[in-house]
Amino acid sequence: MKCFVGIDLGSTTTKAVVLGERSEILGRGITNSRSNYDLAAQVAREEAFITTRFALLRQQVEQAAGQQVLTRLLRAFRLSQTLTQLTRLSALILKEIERSVPAALRDAAREKVLGIVATIEQEEKARFEDPDPPARSDFFRDAAGSAYMRLAEERGEPSGVSFDRLVGLYDKCIIGVENEPLELGFRHHIGSALELAGNSPAVRAGVEAAVSAELEVVRSVGTGYGRARLPFPKEQIRSEILCHGLGAHRMFPGTRTVLDIGGQDTKAIQVDEHGIVTSFQMNDRCAAGCGRYLGYIADEMNIGLHELGPLAEKSTRSVKINSTCTVFAGAELRERLSLGERREDILDGLHRAIILRAMSLLARSGGIQDQFTFTGGVARNSAATRALRRLVEENYGEKTINISADSIYTGALGAALFAHREAMA
Amino acid sequence: MSEVQKDRSMVIQKDMIAEHYRQLEAAPETGDPVVYTFVPGNLTELIRSFGALPVLPEINALQSGMRGKSRDYILEAERSGHSEDVCTYVKCDIGMLQSGNIGPTGTRLPKPDLLLLSYTGCYTFMKWFELLREQYDCPTVFLQIPYQGDGTLAPEHRQYVVDQLKAEVIPALEKATGRKYDEERVRHYLSLSAQAEEDLVAVLHSAKRKPSPIDAYFGAVYYVGPIFSAFRGTEEGVAYYRELRKEVEERVARGEGPVTPSGTLNDQKYRLVVEGPPNWTSFREFWQMFTDEQAVVVASTYSKVGGVYDFGFRHDPKDPLGTMADYCGGCYTNLNLPSRIDMLASYIKDYAADGFLIHSIKSCNSFSAGQLMMLREVERRTGLPGAFIESDLVDPRYFSAANIRNRLESYLQMIEARRQGRPA
Repeated sequence: MKCFVGIDLGSTTTKAVVLGERSEILGRGITNSRSNYDLAAQVAREEAFITTRFALLRQQVEQAAGQQVLTRLLRAFRLSQTLTQLTRLSALILKEIERSVPAALRDAAREKVLGIVATIEQEEKARFEDPDPPARSDFFRDAAGSAYMRLAEERGEPSGVSFDRLVGLYDKCIIGVENEPLELGFRHHIGSALELAGNSPAVRAGVEAAVSAELEVVRSVGTGYGRARLPFPKEQIRSEILCHGLGAHRMFPGTRTVLDIGGQDTKAIQVDEHGIVTSFQMNDRCAAGCGRYLGYIADEMNIGLHELGPLAEKSTRSVKINSTCTVFAGAELRERLSLGERREDILDGLHRAIILRAMSLLARSGGIQDQFTFTGGVARNSAATRALRRLVEENYGEKTINISADSIYTGALGAALFAHREAMA
Repeated sequence: MSEVQKDRSMVIQKDMIAEHYRQLEAAPETGDPVVYTFVPGNLTELIRSFGALPVLPEINALQSGMRGKSRDYILEAERSGHSEDVCTYVKCDIGMLQSGNIGPTGTRLPKPDLLLLSYTGCYTFMKWFELLREQYDCPTVFLQIPYQGDGTLAPEHRQYVVDQLKAEVIPALEKATGRKYDEERVRHYLSLSAQAEEDLVAVLHSAKRKPSPIDAYFGAVYYVGPIFSAFRGTEEGVAYYRELRKEVEERVARGEGPVTPSGTLNDQKYRLVVEGPPNWTSFREFWQMFTDEQAVVVASTYSKVGGVYDFGFRHDPKDPLGTMADYCGGCYTNLNLPSRIDMLASYIKDYAADGFLIHSIKSCNSFSAGQLMMLREVERRTGLPGAFIESDLVDPRYFSAANIRNRLESYLQMIEARRQGRPA
């Protein structure tokens, strides 16, 4: 079948969307952008094709096998991918131990690392069996990293193989895992996923069809800050402003104003009834108030990025924060804590400060028209969306505010729509 | 990297500038008096009629910016207490002064015998000359040009300027140079100015053609160079504009576009109007971003800061002082926001532009205040979308190439998408 691919190479994450002939969404993929943009694009695309093939599989066998079986199969697939990456991580760390750990500590280091990896493997398998596992990051780096840190902290010995040494080994080797292309595609893992999930014959027949389905990429369009890195001719590269406008319009056809807060920029976009951009404003010269700012705050507080929103929502009294300077974020935070402010109240103030900056850009771009769609990584943050709803109401009255659970894919979706549109023209 | 492409006129101009700086360096020996003044509202014919040489501090600053020297000068000025938010032209000039006053071409600049401040809307100029007066301990004369708050220079305003020229400026120049005012000489210089202005306007108007044979922003920076600086009212200036006009007419005959640093831009996909001064530290890179997207600028307001000639004004030798008053009052910096909006809207219409772009300068309140309102109003009147890009004059720290490129590309793609109409 014919496919149209959009790739959004963002500063934090890289996303891909695959569309079918009728411009229906077939699959989506995401990965962290890492230092290697080319590989990030490759991985995101691969992921999008994995979900595409799962969608084909679903179409074919859902009725016969039931939704639960397919959900379990997908989770088995993810487990199989994770185990491959874990094996690779372990191999790289063992090699690194030979290279950089003093001879006297090598045996102990090997033993500790193998023990940690074995425990992570067990935890991953247990997670697979858990019918309702806790939410976590989609990326191997984050999931494996947080388990590894926890275990390294438990098992590191100040006088022997210390926590710092174990973490140093991880930090060095995780880059290797991320920056070499591993066999993580549908074809490579669906077999072991089938076995893990319990080999149902009805599903197996569908899997074979899904594996052999011909997916012909007719055209690809790239966007995002890394777009110039994509091996596409100039006419297949689009600014993310246009892609976000068109993508948001596709998600919510009534959209007239789009706010996108990404890792390093904030965009306020006005679109017409066809999703064509009529005006836009972006943050100038500095990334204050963008997603990366929240990343720094999370690091400073030693919590995960996805925990910020829920924590801020517990606030009872918002602290007024003026600076959204990313560089000063840590100082601002410590100053407030030293003044005795509660963490959740400070966080609430920080979220409000970010949205205030966005409101100024929105005003500059022509204000907020109905409907208003909020996209980008920050749209996943519940405290940011809460602050936005309040400020929109205060400044513009009641407006329909759209936030899609898939908003992070907006740019990639717009790029895929451009690919489809151009190929069909 | 391939060799940078240049017009013949650019080479001539470079020699003219170098020669002027050499004359300035020699001034302490030759005894030529030196008058510092600013580009908007410069009275070059009058200054030259007293045998004096003009020095234009903003030109020094922008030349230093283009030649990669402004960063160190700005840091030098900041070390001596000028804050980050001060106009970077001022800091570049002060830093240059504190670093030995070696001009952009490597020759020493002479001390002023007179600071002639003709005030045309930018009050930073006033503070700037206050600082220079302090440094040089020299006489200053202040010509106050009424701001065109309601869009015209009223007769009494014009008379007020003429009176000041008679009562203050001319006596100050007589005192500083030791020469008497010679009106015949001024008339002669003004007639030379008018000739050059006629040729300049023909060049600017040529951008109405398709393809445009000139770039009316990046290219026009060179075209207006002589007439905005030391060469208005000179034989060299007349010769330069005659040559420039010929060069442009030849391009028109060949159906060619402007010469950009990376070659001739014949295939012009976007015609733009630009408001605001350019960035000087990354001038070529900024221009290249336009060329890469096949965008040509067909009209700009910046090329009017030293005089608005394309709406009909010419220096008039018959009324020397009156024409100077008209000239000063009509400089772009002295126009109110509605006049600036009118100008942009008429450029968009007359030059058949696809869009307009505001390049906003971080450290220039005089230019930047109100630009977003202008943007909205011009959009409303013309139905065309505007773009807004920010950087600075000569502080390289405020030129973020990735951001600027992103905005420019987004804007041009937006124009393209609108042309193509509804997406599938």
